[in-house]
Amino acid sequence: MENPYLPSPVRIEEIITETTDGALKTFKLVFLKPEDEKRFRYLPGQFAEISVAGKGEVPIGIATSPTEEGFLKFTINKVGLVTTHLHNMHPGEIIGVRGPLGKSYPWDWFEGKNLVIIGGGFAFTTLRSSIVYVLHPDNRDRFGDLTVIYGARHPGLLLYKEELAAWEQRSDINMHITVDATDDPDWKYNVGFVPTITKEKAPSSENAYAIVCGPPIMIKFTLPILTELGFPPERVIMSLEMRMKCGIGMCGRCNIGTEYVCKDGPVFTLAQLNQMPNEY
Amino acid sequence: MKEYIPKIREIARKLLEEEKVDAVLGFRKGTIPMMNEPFMARSASDVDLLYWDSNCGINLANYLHKRKEKIAVVAKGCDTRNIVNHIVENQVKRDQLYIIGIPCRGMIDRRQILAMFEGREIEEVDEDAENVIIKGDGLSETIPRVEVLQENCSICIHHNPVIYDEMVDEPVEEPDHVDRYDDIKAIEEMDPEERYQYFRDIFSPCIRCYACRNSCPLCYCPTCFVDESRPQWVGKSIDITDVMTFHFLRAFHCAGRCTDCGSCERACPVGIPMRLLTKKLEKDIRELYGYEAGMSLDERPPLDTYRPDDPEFFIK
Amino acid sequence: MSEVIIPKDELASFVGRLLESYEVFAPVARGGMYLFERISAADEADLSYKNTRLSPKGAFLPQSERMFEFTVAPGKEESGILKEAPKEFRERVLLGLRPCDAQAFKLVDVNFITKEYTDPWWARRREKAILVGLGCNEPRSTCFCTSTGGGPFSEKGLDVLLYDLGESFLARAVTEKGEQIVSFCSGKAPGESLKSKARELEAAARAKIRKSLPVDKLKEKDLLELFNGKFWEKIEFACINCGTCTFVCPTCWCFDIQDEVYKNDGDRLRNWDSCMFPIFTLHGSGHNPRAQKVQRVRQRFMHKLKYYVDKYGNGVACVGCGRCVVSCPVNIDIRRVMEVMTAEVCEREE
Repeated sequence: MENPYLPSPVRIEEIITETTDGALKTFKLVFLKPEDEKRFRYLPGQFAEISVAGKGEVPIGIATSPTEEGFLKFTINKVGLVTTHLHNMHPGEIIGVRGPLGKSYPWDWFEGKNLVIIGGGFAFTTLRSSIVYVLHPDNRDRFGDLTVIYGARHPGLLLYKEELAAWEQRSDINMHITVDATDDPDWKYNVGFVPTITKEKAPSSENAYAIVCGPPIMIKFTLPILTELGFPPERVIMSLEMRMKCGIGMCGRCNIGTEYVCKDGPVFTLAQLNQMPNEY
Repeated sequence: MKEYIPKIREIARKLLEEEKVDAVLGFRKGTIPMMNEPFMARSASDVDLLYWDSNCGINLANYLHKRKEKIAVVAKGCDTRNIVNHIVENQVKRDQLYIIGIPCRGMIDRRQILAMFEGREIEEVDEDAENVIIKGDGLSETIPRVEVLQENCSICIHHNPVIYDEMVDEPVEEPDHVDRYDDIKAIEEMDPEERYQYFRDIFSPCIRCYACRNSCPLCYCPTCFVDESRPQWVGKSIDITDVMTFHFLRAFHCAGRCTDCGSCERACPVGIPMRLLTKKLEKDIRELYGYEAGMSLDERPPLDTYRPDDPEFFIK
Repeated sequence: MSEVIIPKDELASFVGRLLESYEVFAPVARGGMYLFERISAADEADLSYKNTRLSPKGAFLPQSERMFEFTVAPGKEESGILKEAPKEFRERVLLGLRPCDAQAFKLVDVNFITKEYTDPWWARRREKAILVGLGCNEPRSTCFCTSTGGGPFSEKGLDVLLYDLGESFLARAVTEKGEQIVSFCSGKAPGESLKSKARELEAAARAKIRKSLPVDKLKEKDLLELFNGKFWEKIEFACINCGTCTFVCPTCWCFDIQDEVYKNDGDRLRNWDSCMFPIFTLHGSGHNPRAQKVQRVRQRFMHKLKYYVDKYGNGVACVGCGRCVVSCPVNIDIRRVMEVMTAEVCEREE
């Protein structure tokens, strides 16, 4: 009997400090056993439990795309016991990965549709996965226009800066990078909150889905703008965070009404959320 | 003590009607024998639900901290001592409270009665001044109430409220000589290994539901040490070392503050006598500092203050 | 299915024979209460009990259980790699559990055995278990199993059902597994008079359960309307947010996962957890979706009486054992909550 609680051992290949405040690091992980890697089939939007023996586990969105083979990446915010320990670890050390868990973004719904990806802060990880996935030559033709609005409080807090710059140069993606504020005279991109920039850039809702991930305050002010732009709640996709332990719908803590965020989510449409108790 | 009910209701109605308080905190009659439910009457129409008998052992001071409204509280002797604690520890303000004092004749030990009639269904438990009357399927027994009081009540020396705005009746007589520490002295006589084993056995049924802590008016920390994760002071399994760490530390946190109200033991679903710990500390505090918790608004708990002549021989 | 009579004076030898082939769990008197525990001698089992203080769920979901073990010794190749903690899964008999508790296991199965995942420990123990129930001649005043789809002699989830006929037990096999157990009894088949006595006991026990609650109405209720009901504030007032109701409950399955390390050796454990505790849902960021007591109390009752009902179409996640009613330190009574939740809107406002 396969044990869904047993993490697969992985080696930390590389640790990249993403932000100037040092609170976000990306961990590049390589499976020790090829069979574990083979079994780890995922799609953007899913997450995994990162396990540190002696400390515990944390649920983290998968930042790599399945089109990137041979490794997984997780961008981890230093918050609690496990993540603080992870931040003090070094390449070569062994940790565990358990997953993939949860539902991905609904990629079958997205076929032939335009995508508007809106992200804020460190919630950009599974959005990065999605962008890389869509831009891959095998996939690019399956989807229509790709628009990305991504904001952070200041330039130092933007994740994946080199990739952002590369995406800015491409013609098959409309990138709108923004920061809340900056005193950098060389800043070439937008300044303003994500909702404001969304309103300004006004991506069309025609034949489109929006994926929104970010802090509650950003979501609160972005959703009405998406409504103004004509996105029906069935076509606004969100990903939720909850305290989790098992990640497989058994331990009981991450429910919102009847739905377990770990297993029935973390991806929900706004239409679904509107039918659920407001308890998240 | 059911005779207090009309008076409790009368006072409550008056206070609510005259808008002297926003709510009256008391009990309402429980759905099963020997249980009542803490209850907040918020309007005159709720008043007739207020109830009182010898099954009001849960300490209502536990419902007062950090409240903003003006509250009348129905309080027996130990409850008022915990209200004093709360005031001294700035958990509630005196002028927020209207204390309806209950001269208490002691609470019935529900567990003892359930154990006495184990296997027979008790359907109703009534009481008068002297007796407890137990009725059920083919059951009708009258037992003198002194025989079935909670242990803490049977050795209680402060039956009457130490602070109140209005009493529901004349004070009851309080015993002038009670040896509160019989059982503690016996434990003190044990050698360390025997004592360790004794407590190990006592705490082994614990399921860590924290009913003792959560029913305790002293345990109002926003985050209890057992719930801290950084650092995590204590493991969360039912390993006996962790279980005992929880109970011992909790008892120490209550040293010099515990009024022996017995809420913890009453709340415990598996019958652990954790008062053995708090009572030992109560005895030590009394011997070391001559202090009794919750008796005066003008005195802070001794472990909360420093005096140059504090005893210190036990600090090693 | 076969029926046999076990004279009471032969019970011990029957249990003794079971002990030779199985791990046996049974009600035992311990410290002024009954608990459902593994026994090592036949005379430990005491079938004269009413019910156990804690449910028998610990036989399948122990309060604390080692899931994995590991070393964190620096430089060792296996350092940091989790391995399954070795465990034996022997065939086991749960002897004399109450029908409500057997029904509870079935309700909990849907959580631990799903089409996507199987909890290996729950599943293996369940698979290896034979449930020998003991019908309730004397339901307690807090029992309401007949409202929750069961009954004092319900066979739901059982392999064998025992009737206490006074001088003897009538054992009826309910499943093939149960036949196996019944074959351990040397007794003879019951005559018509004992059979009719069993039927009378059953009818008499049913009649003793006076409380009838309209739980069927719950599936018709609107989830959000119940969730947003004003009545929760009254229900929650007395609650002290301890975990008693959840820990004594046979259908509460929530658990926590914790790592513990001593020197270089560590275990990953799972422990019972409770939706009553604030840290149950506390995010690392400090945000807590159920920070308020009222939210946690609502969660427990909504989970049992509405979320479960809607999610699995399997009735309520309550079997009417009454343990929470008996053990709640402040007399929060799920029967009252059911009445409030199933009442018409105007009444629910109280």
